[in-house]
Amino acid sequence: MFRDLSSQEILQESWRIIAAEFPLAIWETVYVTVLSTAFAIIIGLPLGVLLVTGEKDGILPLPSRVLRTLNGLINLLRSIPFLILMILVFPLTRLLAGTVVGTPASIVPLVIAAFPFVARLAETSLREVSPNTIEMAQSMGASPLQIITKVMIPESIPSLISNATTAITTILGYSAMSGIIGGGGLGKIAINYGYYRYKYLIMIAAVVLLIILVQIFQSVGTRLAVKADKRIKVKSN
Amino acid sequence: MIEIKNISKQFHTAEGTVEALKDVSLSIPDGDIFGIIGMSGAGKSTLVRCINMLERPTQGSIVIDGVDLCGLPERKLRKLRRDISMIFQGFNLLMQRDCLGNVCFPLELAGKSKPVAKKRALELLDIVGLGDKAKAYPAQLSGGQQQRVAIARALATDPKVLLCDEATSALDPTTTNSILELIRSINEKLGITVIIITHQMSVVESICKHVAILDNGAVVEQGEVTEVFSHPKSTAARRLVFPEGDSDSLIAGDAEQRFIRVVFNGARATSSPLIAKMAVEKGIEASIAYASTRSIGGKAYGSMLLSIPGGDGAVQAAIGYLTQTPDVLAEEVTAHVS
Repeated sequence: MFRDLSSQEILQESWRIIAAEFPLAIWETVYVTVLSTAFAIIIGLPLGVLLVTGEKDGILPLPSRVLRTLNGLINLLRSIPFLILMILVFPLTRLLAGTVVGTPASIVPLVIAAFPFVARLAETSLREVSPNTIEMAQSMGASPLQIITKVMIPESIPSLISNATTAITTILGYSAMSGIIGGGGLGKIAINYGYYRYKYLIMIAAVVLLIILVQIFQSVGTRLAVKADKRIKVKSN
Repeated sequence: MIEIKNISKQFHTAEGTVEALKDVSLSIPDGDIFGIIGMSGAGKSTLVRCINMLERPTQGSIVIDGVDLCGLPERKLRKLRRDISMIFQGFNLLMQRDCLGNVCFPLELAGKSKPVAKKRALELLDIVGLGDKAKAYPAQLSGGQQQRVAIARALATDPKVLLCDEATSALDPTTTNSILELIRSINEKLGITVIIITHQMSVVESICKHVAILDNGAVVEQGEVTEVFSHPKSTAARRLVFPEGDSDSLIAGDAEQRFIRVVFNGARATSSPLIAKMAVEKGIEASIAYASTRSIGGKAYGSMLLSIPGGDGAVQAAIGYLTQTPDVLAEEVTAHVS
C-alpha cells in the first residue's frame, strides 16, 4: 500500500493538505501542551510539597490518614490508561469547558492525567534537598512556609526544571492521543488522515513534527536546568 | 547564662528506647567558650540540639537568660532561635544562592528589607575575610571558606550564643586553626557565648575555657579545661586525654616489665632532665614506651608511659623519685586499669 507514495499526484495533494492544516495544528498542539503542563504544575507542585512536608518527620506533618488518601488518589489516577480517563472525565470536562469535544476541552483530561504525575516528579525533586539544609533553616527560626518557599523549592530548582521537561514531553504525547476525542493538533491530523483515510505521507509528516517538538522542548529544558544549577563549578575570576 | 537542668532525651526506635541523654546538667556563663567533648555516639549532637530546641528534651529544662525554652510554643521559639545561631560540620549553605544571598538568608527570615540585609551581609563577609567573594557560589569555595560564610550567616542576626556542631571536623588542621582563631576573635570582640561540640581534644585545648566530657549520654566530668585535662578522673576523660588510649595494648604481654604513667604540667617539669637524672641518681633505667606533650591554655603539659625493669622496689623508688618534683604525678599502670 506504500506503492503509490511517490506518485506526483499524491505528493502534490499531501503538500496542499500540509500547507493548509499544519500551521494551525502545530499551534494547537503547542498551546494545549503548554497550558496543560502549566495547570498540572499549579496543582501538582503543591501536592508534591505536601507529600514531602506532610510525612511524620516532615516540617508540616499531616494526619497519616490524609497523607495515605493523597498517596492513594495519586496512584489511582496514574494507573488509569489515558484513553479511558478521557472518557471517564467527560462530566467534569462538560462542567468546565461546556463541551467534551474540541481542542480547549481536551485540556481538562490532560490536566487530570498529568497532575498526579507532576506531583510525583515534584516529590522526587524536593526530596533531594538535604535534611541538614532544612535543619539549618529551622535553627535560624524559619517557619514551615519559609522553609518551603525559601529553601526547598529554590534549592531544588534545577531538578524541578528537569522534571518539568519530562512532564511537558509526556503531556505532548498525551495531547496527540486526545485527537481521538476531537482534541485538535498534530495528533488529530495523524489519526484522521493516516488511520481513517490512508494518507500515510500526512501521518508521517505529523509524526516527524511531533518528534521535532519533543526534541525542542527537551533541549530547551535541559539547557535551562543546567544554567539554573549553581552547584556546577564555574571558574571564578 | 545558659542553664541546662537535668536534661534527659529518649528516642523511640523499632529496636526499643534509646537513652541519648541521661540527666545532664551544665551551666554556661555569658561570654564563655565552652567545649562539650565526647566520642561519637556520646550524645553531643543531641545535647546541642536541645539547646535550641531542634530536639525537645524528654525531661528537664533549658533556661537561657531566665527564660525556660521548654515551655515556649513553636512561634516564640522560632523568634528566639535568632539569638542562638548554629554552624555545622557540613556547613549547610544554600547551594543555589551566592555568598551574599546565604548571609542575607537569616535576615530575610527575620523580615529585614533587602537593602538593609545586603548592607549587613557585606559587612559580615568583610569580618570573616571574604569581602571579595560576595558573588561567588558555595561550590566555588573551599571548605574553610564555606565555613567562614556559614559563620558570617550565623552572626547576621546578632546572636547571643553560637553553637558549633563539629564545625571543624571536616577541615584540615591548618584550616581548623584559622576557623578556631576566627571564632575566638568573634567571642572576644562581640562577647558571644560559644558552645563547641567536638570529638577533637585539640579543638578544646586551643580555644575553650571550660569543658564538659560527655560519655554515653551523661556528663562524667566538667570544669576548667586546664583542670580537667591535667587531672582527668573518669575513665572517659582519661581515654580522651591519654591518646595512647588503652595502654593495655602497650602493656599486655610483657610480664617482665612494670609500667608507670608520669603526668607533668608546667615549665618547671619540662626543663629538668628528669629521666636521665633518675638513671644516674637511682640507677633505674627506664625506657619510654609512649610520650606526648601538648599545650593547654599556654601551659606545657605532657604524659609519658615508662617501662621500669625490676620488681616492686624499683617501681616504688621511681614513683617516689619522680613525684618529688613539683607538678609531676606518677602512678603505676597495670593492664586492667588504664
